[in-house]
Amino acid sequence: MTLAEKVVEITIASSLDLIDIATITADHMSKLCGFDEEEQYRINLAVRESIANAIEHGNKYNLEKNVELRFILTDVLLSIAVRDHGAGFDPASLPDPLDPENLLSPAGRGILYMRSFMDEVELVRHAEGGMQITMSKNRKPQPDSPSVAIEPTTEVP
Amino acid sequence: MQLEIHARKLGSIVILELIGKITIGDGSNKLRDEVNRLLEIGEKEIILNFANATYLDSSGIGELISRHTTTKNQGGHLKLLKLPRKIRDLLTVTRLLPVFETFEDEQDALLSFGIIGAVPKQHG
Repeated sequence: MTLAEKVVEITIASSLDLIDIATITADHMSKLCGFDEEEQYRINLAVRESIANAIEHGNKYNLEKNVELRFILTDVLLSIAVRDHGAGFDPASLPDPLDPENLLSPAGRGILYMRSFMDEVELVRHAEGGMQITMSKNRKPQPDSPSVAIEPTTEVP
Repeated sequence: MQLEIHARKLGSIVILELIGKITIGDGSNKLRDEVNRLLEIGEKEIILNFANATYLDSSGIGELISRHTTTKNQGGHLKLLKLPRKIRDLLTVTRLLPVFETFEDEQDALLSFGIIGAVPKQHG
């Protein structure tokens, strides 16, 4: 962890009507990073897709299983980790939504959107179970401020 | 805001005004139910107006594809009107834009159905 870092952690139950709580936080973090409206929208969508996957495919709508999010804002990027408590899966086994055979499939585009709208996306099985998606977006240099001033670490329980 | 759908009929064509978010759960379900309701009563020429749609996620995209396919399989057409740029981008990323007929102008969308006398002339 670098010194110039802000961390926000959120845990929500596996209920679709709680997704907005997390995406509001994503919007706020994006604004703190100075991302423009378009980038805010893209980050919002990537976060929404990752949580929807965690609830639907990971936790299978089990309200006793949570989705855990960790936002980390540094002077160079915004990182967002989303973890479920499901059985996990092999990312390589997912069908390619751009394959002509899958083009008209009603599902399977969430990860494509994450990869399209974020700079880095990593899917791994969490050491303690479930899947974790970690995605990040690089901050753009601010022309008027050679270094971005960030307060010391703030953690929200 | 959660999705609201307002329907209006012009000749043999139904225009659904989509207002709000078309996302997993409530929004996608509403869109599915409304298009299915139209198909059940024989309304197969449908335009979805996105002018006031504020957000679409992959679930909403999936529902669009499903309703498009279902409508087509029943001999009808489902066309898209006034796609906001962000939603158009989502269709582009997934290479789905060519699947749909899209229009910027409502009259052009209505005329594209090619049903002579079906569309009342628009004034003003």
